[in-house]
Amino acid sequence: MSELIEVTVNVNSEEYRRSVEPRMLLSDFIRHELSLSGTHVGCEQGVCGACTIQLDGAAVRSCLMFAVQADGHQIRTVEDLGTMDELHTLQEAFWEAHGLQCGFCTPGFLMSILPVLEENPEVSEETIQRAMEGNLCRCTGYQHIRDAVKQAAEKMVAGGEA
Amino acid sequence: MARLIGKPLKRNEDPRLLTGQALFVDDVELPGMLHAAFLRSDYAHARLKGIDVSAALEREGVVAVYTAEDMGDDWAPGPPLVIPPPTIEEVTFNTRTQVPLVKEKVRHAGEPLAVVIAESRYIAEDALDDIVVDLEPLPAVVDIERALDADAALVHDDLESNLAAHLVQTKGGYQSAREQADLIIKRRIVMDRGIAGAMENRGIVAYWDNKQQYLTVWDTTQSPIPIRNGLAGMFGLSEHQVRVIAPFVGGGFGPKIMMFYPEEVVLTWATLKLALPIKWIEDRRENFYATTQERGQVHEVEMALTEDGRILGLKDDFIHDSGAYDPYGLTIPLNTQCHVLGPYDIPNFSSELHVVFTNKTLTTPVRGAGRPHGVFVVERLLDIAARELGIDPSEIRRRNYLPNDVFPYDNVIIDQAFANFIIDSGDYLPAMEKALDMIGYKDFIENEQPRLRAEGRRVGIGVVSFIETTGVGPYEGARVTIESSGDVSVATGVGTQGQGHFTSFAQVVAEHLGVKVSDVHMVTGDTAQFHWGTGTFASRGAVVAANAMNAASSIVRKKILELASELLDAPEDELEIEDGEVRVADVPRMSISLGELAQKANPLRGAVEPGTEPGLEATAYFGPNYGATAFGTHAMIVEVDPETMNVEIRRYVVVEDCGTVLNPLILDGQVHGGVAHGIGNAFYEQLFFDDNGQLLNASFADYLIPTSAEVPTIEVGHTVTPSPLNPLGSKGAGEAGAIPVPALMAQAIENAIGEAGFEILESPMSPLKLFNLYYGDKEQ
Repeated sequence: MSELIEVTVNVNSEEYRRSVEPRMLLSDFIRHELSLSGTHVGCEQGVCGACTIQLDGAAVRSCLMFAVQADGHQIRTVEDLGTMDELHTLQEAFWEAHGLQCGFCTPGFLMSILPVLEENPEVSEETIQRAMEGNLCRCTGYQHIRDAVKQAAEKMVAGGEA
Repeated sequence: MARLIGKPLKRNEDPRLLTGQALFVDDVELPGMLHAAFLRSDYAHARLKGIDVSAALEREGVVAVYTAEDMGDDWAPGPPLVIPPPTIEEVTFNTRTQVPLVKEKVRHAGEPLAVVIAESRYIAEDALDDIVVDLEPLPAVVDIERALDADAALVHDDLESNLAAHLVQTKGGYQSAREQADLIIKRRIVMDRGIAGAMENRGIVAYWDNKQQYLTVWDTTQSPIPIRNGLAGMFGLSEHQVRVIAPFVGGGFGPKIMMFYPEEVVLTWATLKLALPIKWIEDRRENFYATTQERGQVHEVEMALTEDGRILGLKDDFIHDSGAYDPYGLTIPLNTQCHVLGPYDIPNFSSELHVVFTNKTLTTPVRGAGRPHGVFVVERLLDIAARELGIDPSEIRRRNYLPNDVFPYDNVIIDQAFANFIIDSGDYLPAMEKALDMIGYKDFIENEQPRLRAEGRRVGIGVVSFIETTGVGPYEGARVTIESSGDVSVATGVGTQGQGHFTSFAQVVAEHLGVKVSDVHMVTGDTAQFHWGTGTFASRGAVVAANAMNAASSIVRKKILELASELLDAPEDELEIEDGEVRVADVPRMSISLGELAQKANPLRGAVEPGTEPGLEATAYFGPNYGATAFGTHAMIVEVDPETMNVEIRRYVVVEDCGTVLNPLILDGQVHGGVAHGIGNAFYEQLFFDDNGQLLNASFADYLIPTSAEVPTIEVGHTVTPSPLNPLGSKGAGEAGAIPVPALMAQAIENAIGEAGFEILESPMSPLKLFNLYYGDKEQ
């Protein structure tokens, strides 16, 4: 076992300090060291997008980074969006539009799409498509996800959430 | 009574899933939990000469390393899931089931040779490299058409050949039909393998608590109760000492019902030995090698027709690729045989089936389960016949549909349940007409296509019909309880992998009990909550489990009315159940809440009359006599880029008839997902094995699952022909979307190319294959 390296990260506005092996994937770190298991792992090679989180506000694949690379950075995971009683606008729209079935890929979709809507919710269909293309879903056929994103974008525009 | 069945309600389960709070197997964390990693064979076919694990055992953090030898008498091939059909004469079936760890011979790449149990997954995977394996490679059986050659290597040395099964099914007399025919269409049709591609890989956490003498297994299975019963049987435990939980499962699509995977057996065996919790989570590469696959078949087919396009008979001799073992029996190829007959009146039919062993991953049902092959065969032949006879593709189908007054219609051959393949109900023409109308078929053919063609654009239209046998037995059950809060709790044995059971089942219950759908709390897939049933497969939840819900909640309703009648001193027929209370109709102040009633039904003092049961609770079961057959028509408009042969789907229309619809929002979602899977099957997803049985594209980077960019908007319409086989009138829809897509896409692409002699007889296609097919012909 190689030496442990200390990592300090701010995750969902809380500071965590852990000592980890340099080879530990950020996805494993988030799931198993920090017990934030809403971030899912589907391929561990950056294709499926299930493990997408936000690093300093940008959507990134947590399986393509080592935890030590996140030292000193801000991380946001699905747990930072709404709660079960008070869903985030985007989560609410996924619920309304039936934008999820098994729900395994869903946190990745939410975290990929949200930065796009937060930057500018006045999105074209093409922008929505591009925001989703890096995430695989086997259940929904994507149509209800596209509907959900459209719905959320409209609500965010109306609510001035940008 | 508020009509809840049929409403597009949003789902009860979603808030948990959306906030990352739903429990998936890899989310299970237990104190002292160990982690397993499997050493898998790189060879597809090889003799195991020796295995040395000593270096792995010395690695810090490794707790144990086990091989087949270590398992002693507990090592045994898995039980067959499905027995060979007893109702067919002269059937050959050689049962050879998968093994927990390879003992003598590797039969497919990825088969497990040893397991390492360590303190972390990282250490377990490191230790795999420490194991020294001596494997003597053997020639691999890969090409299914050469598997029965006299000089082919043997996958199972004790058999004379690689024949896994052989049977012939007939209806009428094909030979005499052939003699009367005006036209015979004869072709060779090929369908190749793909993966199920659930986004969650498989996973297991197994924990034997030695002090409690209790085994708990969290498993990504579609079939928790049979897993519990099987594990108890294998390891000599009482079924009540074993609890199997299928929590939220990240997509099933068939392979998660395979039983028993080697990992399920090995993890359980290991925790019984170590008495510590052990977790194994499959990675995506393992998923490509070790999780079952489907679709490999080669058909030699003939269709005999009259000059006006009526089918006189069909002959379909085909080879089905079983992979290295055949635990799932003949389910897939029997489905194929039934679906070749489709919605059509085919009086004479003959089908000879050879199932072969190969040195490839096992095949078991994947969304569609043999049905897409059958549909592809019959629809392709109809398209070719239509072209030869100068009949419109929609017209030739119209002429051959079974009329709507023949149901129940006995197709004479047997289906996957080994019973006669009877279609319970159907009305095919309205579904097709609706699809033609929705896509604007006539206008496209007469106006739009000629106009676009004149601009040099290759646009084409397709329309195909299909049936889907669904909702097979044996049975499912449900227990419905009014809690003292007035909420309703429900338990059922089926597991859930995204189908919306927490909601559609709750709608059925709430409709009877006058409560809000959101006040019905559903438990699925936990054997400690409900331990009778089989599982979620064959598009059966909305039929078999939902009708059990219906039966159990009707009984509870009756109990509510009986007790309320007594307490309110009013006849039952004057009572109504609404908004969580029982009221005397027209006298609103005379009411009692369901919660209060539940408490009165379960008193703490006093006497309960003999012969009565406490509480407002009922358990009921439903088992259909045979499966309910759904059907529909899909239509599509495509544009082919003649330079790249890439295909763009411009319109996609589905008309689905699955009887009574429980929740149309959920149903549309099922259809969309199925179509997306079908588009993958038709045009993007193919597993490529080399001559050594090596899978060449075992990653999502190389094996292309459709993304949002490849899946168009799918316009869904419905017709409703209720099944007479169950009180709700429902039929399944889980697989329907995927089934006709390869056939449809082939027809639409041919129509877009629009040149005589250009035929697609293979699925999946791809831009490259299409390019070679089209321009290859040009060069000759």
